[in-house]
This record gives sequence, C-alpha cells and structure tokens, in this order.
Amino acid sequence: MAVVSRGFGARRRESDPRLPPGQYLTEDFPVLSAGPTPRIDLDQWRFGIRTGGGAEVSWTWDEFQALPIEDVDTDIHCVTRWSKLGTSWRGVSLDTLLESVESDASYAMAHSYGGYTTNIPLDELRDGQAWVAFEFEGEPLDPEHGGPARLLVPHLYFWKSAKWVRGLTLMDDDEPGFWEQNGYNMHGDPWTEERYW
Amino acid sequence: MTVGGWQPARVVDAVAATPSARLLKLQVPGWPGNDAGQHVDIRLTAEDGYQAVRSYSIGSYGPGDTIELAVDEIPEGEVSPYLVRDVLPGDELEVKGPLGGYFVWRPGGVEPVQLIAGGSGIVPLMAMVRAARDAGAAASFRLLYSVRTAEDAIYRDELGRVATDGGVGLTWRYTRAAPTGWQGRLGRVDGDVLRGATWDPDRQPIVYVCGPTGFVEHVADALVQLGHPSARIRTERFGGA
Repeated sequence: MAVVSRGFGARRRESDPRLPPGQYLTEDFPVLSAGPTPRIDLDQWRFGIRTGGGAEVSWTWDEFQALPIEDVDTDIHCVTRWSKLGTSWRGVSLDTLLESVESDASYAMAHSYGGYTTNIPLDELRDGQAWVAFEFEGEPLDPEHGGPARLLVPHLYFWKSAKWVRGLTLMDDDEPGFWEQNGYNMHGDPWTEERYW
Repeated sequence: MTVGGWQPARVVDAVAATPSARLLKLQVPGWPGNDAGQHVDIRLTAEDGYQAVRSYSIGSYGPGDTIELAVDEIPEGEVSPYLVRDVLPGDELEVKGPLGGYFVWRPGGVEPVQLIAGGSGIVPLMAMVRAARDAGAAASFRLLYSVRTAEDAIYRDELGRVATDGGVGLTWRYTRAAPTGWQGRLGRVDGDVLRGATWDPDRQPIVYVCGPTGFVEHVADALVQLGHPSARIRTERFGGA
C-alpha cells in the first residue's frame, strides 16, 4: 500500500489507456540530451550498418531519400515520465535497411553524431518496429529533436530512439550504451517500467 | 548499485526560496546517499489511489538520510503546485533514487569546473558547489547564474557566502531587472558574457549547464562556438510540462 500524501490530487491530469504506468501526457515535446546539439550538414551525413565481420553498408542523404519511405503514427514515452500520443513521423524502416546486410547478430549498438550510443536487441528493430526518421509532424526534424535523422523505436523508452543517428553496429552479445552505463535499463520497455538498473 | 523500489519519505522542512519556489527537506529512512547532481523520482498518491510521479534534481549531496529539493512551481502543473504551496512538514510521500550517473560531479578531478545555471537549473549545480566547498575545491569552480531578477535566485544568500574569500567564482546575469547599484548589463547569456565569466577553453574545464531547454540549447551552442569540445559540456534540460 502506497503512502498517501495528504491533500494531494486536486489538480489531476486526464488518464488514458494508451499511457504506460507512471507516465503523464504532455502536449509539448521536451528535449533531453546529455550535451550540446550537434549540427550535421546533409552533404556530410551518412548512415551505415556495420556487421561483426567489419563489413559496412552506408547511404548518403540522397541515397537514403531514394529508399522506400513510410509514414509512422505512434505514441512516444520518455523515461523522465512524459508521453506524447499520436505523433506522426516519416522515415525508412529498419527492415528495409537491414535487407542490405547479412548477419546472424542478436543485438545492435546505435551510434550518433556527437558520440551518443544506445543498445537494442536486433529482433526489436525488425518487423515494422523501428525506423530512421527525418520528418516530424510534416516538417524536417529539428536538430534539437535529433535532426537530420534519428532512430525511432517507439515501443521502447525514447532514449533508445537515438538522436543524430549515424549508424548501427551489429553485435553477438548485448553491451550497454551511454545511458545504459549511467543508470538506465538495458532494455527499456515502458509497459513494464524498465527504467533504471 | 541498483535503484530499488519506492521508499517512504517525510517532509521535515519547507521554506520559501523565491516567490515561486520552495526548498523542501525530506527524510528518507535508508537513503543510500547521493552524488552531487543526481535526481530523484517523487511519487504522490491521493486518497483514492490516484498517483503522479515527477523527477526533481537534488540540491544536497553525500551521505545521510535527509535530502533537499528546490521545487519551482509550474502554474499548470499538478505536482509542483502541491509541493510548492500545499505540502507541510510531517506530510508523507515516496521517493525512488538516487538517479542518473552522468550529470554528476565527484571530488578528486584536477580540471577546473564551470557551472552555468538558468533559473531553477541551479539545483543540481548547488549540490556541486556544496560538494566543492566541502572538498576544498571551490577555487577551481566558477558559476554563472542567469535569473530574471535577484528575487528569482534560489540559494541567493548561500551562494553569496560560498563565493567569498577564495571560494567559488560567482557571476550573476540578470535578464529582466537588476538589483540597485548593479553595474552590469541586462540580458541573456551570450558569447561575450561567457568569455568574461567562464573558464577559458584553454583551461580545459568540464562544463555543466542546467536550465530550461531554450537556455541550455543557446548556452551549449555558444560554448561550442567558443571552442569548448562538445564532449566536455554536460547538459540537463528542463522542458515541457
């Protein structure tokens, strides 16, 4: 039985079955980053996937834009407790990108411009669960929200959706990324509150 | 170290810090202590079982089972108005933490430390100032604190004391109105302010920036322009609701 806080609850927010436990709705789009926002020129931008053997496939911005592009409508959930419902994105499915790679790896480390990393099971990047997204609500993705392109893995807490993503390294074994080394969960399922160590 | 579950906590002190913010001291039996800069989740439960959880930076550091928060009221919020206006000593709530392992300072480093706060972003930086003072490292610390007016500055008196006699190098920046007798200019923190009030990039400081999103974005960009490597700038942004 939780401790009751005397007199609390007069101003409460609406609840919604789409909200995972311990989350609240926001209409804003808060920014959470561990450092300055990197600025990446589109003519310098690359996205690459490196396999355990060291082989790498990569795309320039123009090559990337020529890939099949999907519209994604989804809810997003930040470990700092806000959720945003019904957001719309455009990007390239990881299913499309991973078709170019031969690998029996089980995990991926996402790498970002600026040095950020985060680890994700490869199974959870497939089957329509993840994208590299470059538009938000019909506009190019702002740098402070991860533009030119960020990973979008909306079924996990949003720190897994690496901003300024520049590639994936496929791995046989799971390894912790940046926040996973700094107190946050290796997996990050919002519905079971996999928040912290 | 794992975080573990919710722990009961009791409010033992609640005093006004500014017209919109309050300092709360919470006694948390079994609290493991915390590093300067960490935060904590606070859970409130209404009599009918409704719950809300928010994260707050901790202004205190070190061992002991009492932690200090400084909560600034968000007018349309549901948790901060309760903590700023309603909660009283003796009231109970729950905490989970300490949380976060990156935006922290621990004694023992040799590099100078630059702290830059906007508004209530001072809270985790205050924990670092206190840790530096107690570790005898204050002279290697500089703090630039941007506030709308002097009365909006949380920890104003304590900062004044810590800044004297070889202590932390403190520079105020006022954006709306300055105290009587103030000689400096009013306005946002910009490159000129940073050049005058912060460690030079040549000194290879580690820089901690905390405040509202717009403030942190602006200051972090300006620091990069001045030549600070991105990897030496650690940020914590408050945003949204």
